[in-house]
Amino acid sequence: MASAYPQGFAAQLKYASIAAVLTAILVTPIFGLHLLRVGYRIELQADWTPVLLAALAVFVFQMLRPAMARQLKAVPWPAMPQIQPDQQRKATLALLVVALVWPFIGSRGAVDIATLALIYVVLGLGLNIVVGFAGLLDLGYVGFYAVGGYTYALLNSYFGLSFWVCLPIAGGMAALFGFLLGFPVLRLRGDYLAIVTLGFGEIIRLLLNNMTTITGGPDGVSGIPKPSVFGIEMARSASTEGGTTFHEMLGMDYDGMHMVIFLYLLALLLAGITLFVSNRLVRMPIGRAWEALRDDEIACRSLGLSPTKVKLSAFTLGAMFAGFAGSFFAARQGLVNPESFTFIESALILAIVVLGGMGSQLGVILAAILLTVLPELARGFAEYRMLIFGLVMVLMMIWRPQGLLPATRPHLELPR
Amino acid sequence: MNEFLPQFTQQLVNGLSLGAIYALIAIGYTMVYGIIGMINFAHGEIYMIGAYIGLVTLTAIGVQSGLPLPLVLAGAVIVAVLVTGLYGYAVERVAYRPLRGGPRLVPLISAIGMSIFLQNYVQIGQGARDVSVPLMVSGAFEFSMGGGFNVTVPYSRLLIVGTTLVLMIALTMFIGYSRIGRACRACAQDMRMANLLGIDTNKVISFTFILGAMLAAVGGVLIALTVGKLNPFIGFIAGIKAFTAAVLGGIGSIPGAMLGGVLLGLAETFAAGYLPSEYKDVVAFALLVLILLFRPTGLLGKPDVEKV
Repeated sequence: MASAYPQGFAAQLKYASIAAVLTAILVTPIFGLHLLRVGYRIELQADWTPVLLAALAVFVFQMLRPAMARQLKAVPWPAMPQIQPDQQRKATLALLVVALVWPFIGSRGAVDIATLALIYVVLGLGLNIVVGFAGLLDLGYVGFYAVGGYTYALLNSYFGLSFWVCLPIAGGMAALFGFLLGFPVLRLRGDYLAIVTLGFGEIIRLLLNNMTTITGGPDGVSGIPKPSVFGIEMARSASTEGGTTFHEMLGMDYDGMHMVIFLYLLALLLAGITLFVSNRLVRMPIGRAWEALRDDEIACRSLGLSPTKVKLSAFTLGAMFAGFAGSFFAARQGLVNPESFTFIESALILAIVVLGGMGSQLGVILAAILLTVLPELARGFAEYRMLIFGLVMVLMMIWRPQGLLPATRPHLELPR
Repeated sequence: MNEFLPQFTQQLVNGLSLGAIYALIAIGYTMVYGIIGMINFAHGEIYMIGAYIGLVTLTAIGVQSGLPLPLVLAGAVIVAVLVTGLYGYAVERVAYRPLRGGPRLVPLISAIGMSIFLQNYVQIGQGARDVSVPLMVSGAFEFSMGGGFNVTVPYSRLLIVGTTLVLMIALTMFIGYSRIGRACRACAQDMRMANLLGIDTNKVISFTFILGAMLAAVGGVLIALTVGKLNPFIGFIAGIKAFTAAVLGGIGSIPGAMLGGVLLGLAETFAAGYLPSEYKDVVAFALLVLILLFRPTGLLGKPDVEKV
């Protein structure tokens, strides 16, 4: 709105003052007057500091804006380096090396956080297929994550199946859900689709919450065993008579850290597979079809692509990765409950994809790491975490809607 | 039969008042969608903020101030409406206007961010726990027609239905006959053409956001007075349900939003009355999914033809 901006100092002063007064009015009922409970009654406690601060901040910002705009125009923005595919490959390899060394140099807490980050890498890459490649805004992605988690938890508690048996089943189950839910809804246009998927995600969570006899209701399922190392248990002592445990087999002393590292490596493997598969998929005809459909649906139709089939494949595959991540999550936590699968989780995964740059795999990986590690570092600001998170999402859309590392399309250049 | 009829009438009363609230919120969704074709995801939070502002004003005036009750209530509603309208304006100005003309998903994601921001903003400012709201409109009509036919109509619910009815009539007149109302309809039909004919489209868009926020604020204050408590999380679920109502009636259509709100309120109350009550929210979401599948244009909406 540069053209609408007032010219001249007096006009600018007036504009900034109005903005500051409006801000003060906005902030007063929420931050200026606190509702305080006194016995049976509510009273107001006035606190004008935040109101003044907010108004002052807005005033200064509005006064400086023209100057800032001029300054910013004068200084050439360092254009975000356009990363070439081969550089991207190098960066990914470097990241992989760091990831492999990490558990052996990092502390227990650091490895634990890294495992969590890797779960979000899997989820981010999975959602990237749906949102980034196929351009379908899915706000209920966490529903498939929940399906994966509960599949392992329930199959284990009812039939005693192990993690390794359940992992593919969980992926398949989530994919099946994706297929069944996607089939009717994918005809809908972009933003309708977003709301329907949000509705589905919530329905899945509410059903898990309410079908108490099967899913344990709000308490969820607990006591889910950790994965075994190809059939060999990793515990202090074998749970079955005469069984060997991992540390006995290798002749080492028992150490809780082994499990942490093992889980980390497993997550890394999962993330690696997800990266590899989705990386291959975009280069395949199906991947090209996703991107083409995202860019122009009508053109694709007239070229003979079936939009439903193409979208459905993206939706199903994306859901499958969420299922894998879900069953791993269940195994790592040892318990699942509906609380872990709220809308905010969907928003977080979406934020990872958006922040990284829709369709850009390296970007998504970096964003997943950023969004899990930063909150851990900023524990002191825990209260403000989600506030900042929401704000960053808005600012990102204003300043850099293409994400931190915009996607580059796979293409070949003719040698000169 | 003896059991059924009074229970049915009671549900009807409850459903109508709930539906009236949904209708008030749904109008904000439908008007914004009709004009700029975006889902204002943060609208539910605006409703929640409206309720908070109403409560703060009530407390500031003082519940036992000795002023007549209608005056106190009107004061709270007016302040809430004005300040919440300002919120609607500010949200549009900060989070949506800079994005206009971009890809469709961009403003939607920004709106999700705004929704998260506002919810946490209120949480930090006023605390995440329930605040109790003085039940100022207490008492009820008791209908008793003998033979076990007893229906209770609380005054607060009557207030909701009455206020909503008046507002809906006023809104219909306003959109139909006022200058800015005509401009709104023109923008909904063809934004670029309206602009060429000299309508300040930015002003019209701001106006729809303000109007939507104001109606949502009325809904927020009324529901707070009826339910008797408030927390920063009420906006999310109410927002989605109101959106469902807007879609049910046909998004973009104002009478549709009113109809959809009332139908959804009734459906939900009857479902809660005859099914286990935990499934109340499931019913609303399932309804949303079903409408979008079988009649995405809603009951009163016009089919949307996509052109190249």
